[in-house]
Amino acid sequence: MSFLKVDDVSKVSTAGKGSDVSALHRLDLDVREGEFVTLVGRSGCGKSTLLRIIAGLIPATAGSVTIDGSPVLRPRRDVGLMLQQPALLPWRATLDNVLLPLESMGKNGADYRDRAHQLLETTGLSGFASRFPRELSGGMQQRASLCRSLIHDPDVLLMDEPFAALDALTREELSIELQRICAEQNKTVIFVTHSIEEAVLLADRVVVMSPRPGRIKQIVTIDAQRPRTLAMSEHSDTLAHASAELRELLFEKEQPRVGAAA
Amino acid sequence: MNTAIDEQRPTSPARPAEVRPAEPDTAVVPAARRPWLDRRILVTLLPLLATALFILLWWGMKLLNDWNDVILPSPARVLRSLSDNSALLWRHGLVTLQETVVGYGLAILIAVPLGVIIGYSWVVDKALSPILMGLNAVPKVALAPLLIIWMGFGMEPKVAMVVLLSFFPIVLGAASGIKATPADLAEMLRSLDPSPWQMFIKLRLRAALPQIFVGLQVAIALAVIGAVIGEFAGATKGLGYLITASGGTADTALACASLVILSVISIALYYIVLAVERLLVPWADHRP
Repeated sequence: MSFLKVDDVSKVSTAGKGSDVSALHRLDLDVREGEFVTLVGRSGCGKSTLLRIIAGLIPATAGSVTIDGSPVLRPRRDVGLMLQQPALLPWRATLDNVLLPLESMGKNGADYRDRAHQLLETTGLSGFASRFPRELSGGMQQRASLCRSLIHDPDVLLMDEPFAALDALTREELSIELQRICAEQNKTVIFVTHSIEEAVLLADRVVVMSPRPGRIKQIVTIDAQRPRTLAMSEHSDTLAHASAELRELLFEKEQPRVGAAA
Repeated sequence: MNTAIDEQRPTSPARPAEVRPAEPDTAVVPAARRPWLDRRILVTLLPLLATALFILLWWGMKLLNDWNDVILPSPARVLRSLSDNSALLWRHGLVTLQETVVGYGLAILIAVPLGVIIGYSWVVDKALSPILMGLNAVPKVALAPLLIIWMGFGMEPKVAMVVLLSFFPIVLGAASGIKATPADLAEMLRSLDPSPWQMFIKLRLRAALPQIFVGLQVAIALAVIGAVIGEFAGATKGLGYLITASGGTADTALACASLVILSVISIALYYIVLAVERLLVPWADHRP
């Protein structure tokens, strides 16, 4: 039973004089409720495009996306988005940045103050509610961004390389926090990444995409207990195995396909 | 995630302790504090120093070349003229200040919305920008007689001149600020499905403020110039009038005194704009 359904989605983008680029080609994906799916692939395989179509930020050329039975036609309130950049408003303190999503949803921010403080506490930002973004480190900014994407308690979290700009330690720390939050609150997550290790560590299923045109090459199921860390040896075998498999898939020589845009 | 970083740490050779400076704490603290203190003092000291140097140069040139007091009055004569004519300068200065502030305010009221519309709409941008550039290229002095014909000898043509001069940098600042909304912030906000008004008020206008203020800073100096140009013809009041009138009687000391007052007005208004910017754009990097 799928909670989030990508049904035969294609995206053609026009790049200059009549040379259409097929960014996504007839792509299907079913995601269960509470499932953590990572999208990996080389640059230009359309993984970010797919994420933005699911987020309702850009329209698909053909096909449809449904979440919980209703089609995605525009950005939805049961979805939280987190990007590679923290994208915090520089003129707002951390707390007001976290409360931002409520304003366009017509909800009273004051009712969510406690929740915001709680989120800040779980992400280790409790002392920084009244600090401005420029006073925070990159990692802290990204934590604040995570809080913002969770404040309205969305069922679905869409994440586009959210930890890519962070140092290795912060990255690992945040991926552990993310696993915990998602498990506790039963979030359905689609997580785009370049990093094979990150994909394997976080995912229930890893979707491997390949470019020109963007499509799903294979889906790898990761069967290991949570929470997972890089240091845990009991399932390091499973993870190492999956990593090796993914690496092979990603580095495989691409065969030119019929149907690719000229 | 890259574990290589962790592995490298223990393998890097431990630095021998005796190489380190013996008292890092005492050495580091004053070195870190002094530049900050210096800079704050320098900010006020440097302009004063430059002004003193300028006056010295003025005096030196006059003495060396034995220039006549009518051609170039000495700083002392200008100072005396300032105190002798203080009431006169005050009266005319207030007129110029009033024209400047009214004209500048009007320019903001017209130029900011226009710049915002240009920034938002590709069509309006392409349609209006050539006209605006053309208007900007017209020497404003040439318009002074026309303004008098249209508006008479009162305050209006002077204010109009102020508007004409200070208008363009504000439009440009507002338009480029609105166009330059950071893409990541825009995408983030779009994902929250805001109304166009929310998008404008919560993001685009706020994000444009630093650039709007760049325009406002350029415009304030031009506003003072506009008032003076406006007073050069068909005026009976204002520092511009006083300068032309004192030229007519060869009172160069009074003309120079008027210039000093003009500069003081200009500088004061500029710093007021800066202060307002710090108030409204506290997140930007304001280094002393």
